[in-house]
Amino acid sequence: MAHDDELEAQIDRWRGYVHRRQVISSADVDELEDHLRGQVTDLRATGLDDDEAFLVAIKRLGNLDAVSREYAREHSDRLWKQLALVPDDSSGSPAPRWRELAVVIALAVGAGVAVRAGIAWFGDDELALARNIGLLVVPFLAAYLGWKRRAGLRTVAAIAVPFVALSVVLNVYPFVPEGSTEVLAILHTPVVLWLLVGLAYVAGSWRSDGRRMDFVRFTGELAIYYTLLALGGGVLLGLTAGVLQLVGVDPEPVITGWVMPFAVPGALVVAAWLVEAKQDVVENIAPVLTRIFTPLTIVMLVAVLAALIASGGLVEVDRDLLILMDAILVLVLALLLYSISARDPLAPPALADWLQLVMVGAALAVDAVMLTAMLTRIAEFGTSPNKVAALGLNLLLLVHLGVSAWRTARFLRGHGVFSELERWQTRYLPVYAAWAAVVVIVFPPLFDFA
Amino acid sequence: MRIDKDLVAASATPLVLGILADGDLYGYAILKRVGELSGGRMQWTDGMLYPLLHRLERLGHVSSSWGTSEAGRRRKHYAITPTGRAALAERQAQWSVVADALRQVWESAPRPATVVEGWA
Repeated sequence: MAHDDELEAQIDRWRGYVHRRQVISSADVDELEDHLRGQVTDLRATGLDDDEAFLVAIKRLGNLDAVSREYAREHSDRLWKQLALVPDDSSGSPAPRWRELAVVIALAVGAGVAVRAGIAWFGDDELALARNIGLLVVPFLAAYLGWKRRAGLRTVAAIAVPFVALSVVLNVYPFVPEGSTEVLAILHTPVVLWLLVGLAYVAGSWRSDGRRMDFVRFTGELAIYYTLLALGGGVLLGLTAGVLQLVGVDPEPVITGWVMPFAVPGALVVAAWLVEAKQDVVENIAPVLTRIFTPLTIVMLVAVLAALIASGGLVEVDRDLLILMDAILVLVLALLLYSISARDPLAPPALADWLQLVMVGAALAVDAVMLTAMLTRIAEFGTSPNKVAALGLNLLLLVHLGVSAWRTARFLRGHGVFSELERWQTRYLPVYAAWAAVVVIVFPPLFDFA
Repeated sequence: MRIDKDLVAASATPLVLGILADGDLYGYAILKRVGELSGGRMQWTDGMLYPLLHRLERLGHVSSSWGTSEAGRRRKHYAITPTGRAALAERQAQWSVVADALRQVWESAPRPATVVEGWA
């Protein structure tokens, strides 16, 4: 009995030791432990005592570093948690950390200065500012990510060349005042810019599905952190403004003129840094968030669909409504991507996957209704830049959602694996950026800048 | 005789798939079967089997389920899928070509292996 206790204690210590490797999940440790116990039992049957059997079994399991490396190669998604730790381990001293903080603060201030300068430069021309605001902020975000990844010259060129081209197009095109092509360009520029941020994020390995999925995770966590920062900043600012007002100082000009132009873009860079540095904190929230919002989104989609059908004549569907519906579908897509990125690809099909399929199905139905509405509108009133842009986006969404639904169904019926669904997402994503680039660059001349 | 590391790595996938084609097994039982089949001459680093199994699972060649062992502990069982059977058939065809070519070479050339073994 005492021997058994000793063995249990040894196995416990071994478990603790293996568990510290973040690439080996606790289910994997269970699996390895089962192996270890099987081996120990067999070795004891050949006459070894507990200690010897344990030592031999551990030895046969192999060098833990090498085994972890092998796990890491297979489960690179688990490394996501570790990414931030890697540079720390290699440097060992706290100095680079401070240097990173300094770089982040400098870039955040830089983004603020750029936006403030943009506001001063464009003055009252709000549309010109809207066209350029993304161009003013994104370089600082990309610079941080590029610096962090020690991006090579080719990556820098791959980002800088399209960036410059985009800046030129947006500022040289003779947009007709209050024309829709300008508004379309303003709406689609961020998508193209986000692709450039993605290029900075994945650095050289833009072909890698895994790195693209990391970028999807990054985007999701960035949105969460940014919201948290905005909430915190809003509360702080509101309280300060309240106090200042009570003592007779009007904080309004300072807040709109100086605090917001620095805080809003600066927070983006800081949020990116937080995502890079503290991935572990949010990682546990992501699956929970997607689980809460998937059923809620299904309810919303069904309600919307019912309202659309009940309202009758699709031709009279308001243009604003169509835009709003597009926003809803993009939101559904973001939720889908985020939940796929947060899911363990090896886990068997579960209720959450069924819910996801229902959500995608509902979104497909909404998309089909909208496409019908749009085609009817186009047949009735002819084409316009807005209609073609919306039609294109909806077709892209239709293909994306349709194939996602098909792959999810295949996975649920046991005919496919989850990673196929993942691959489909990561391979399809650049199509959106390509379409956005077409809307920004080709649409204005095509429709006479109207 | 120690089997070369690269050769072990190359044969691991078809071996595991072939063993699973005979019936569902858990990790340790797969390794024991490898030992039996090779008369104990093929030694793997045990820990490496699991990342391999996980990779095969991700590729859809095997599926896994958690059960309990005789001692009542959690145990993960692996089963081959239709895709896995197709992959196995493909590998079998490849290996028989290799084996066939090697056999012909062995027949036409002297056998240095036995000499080396004699000295060792």
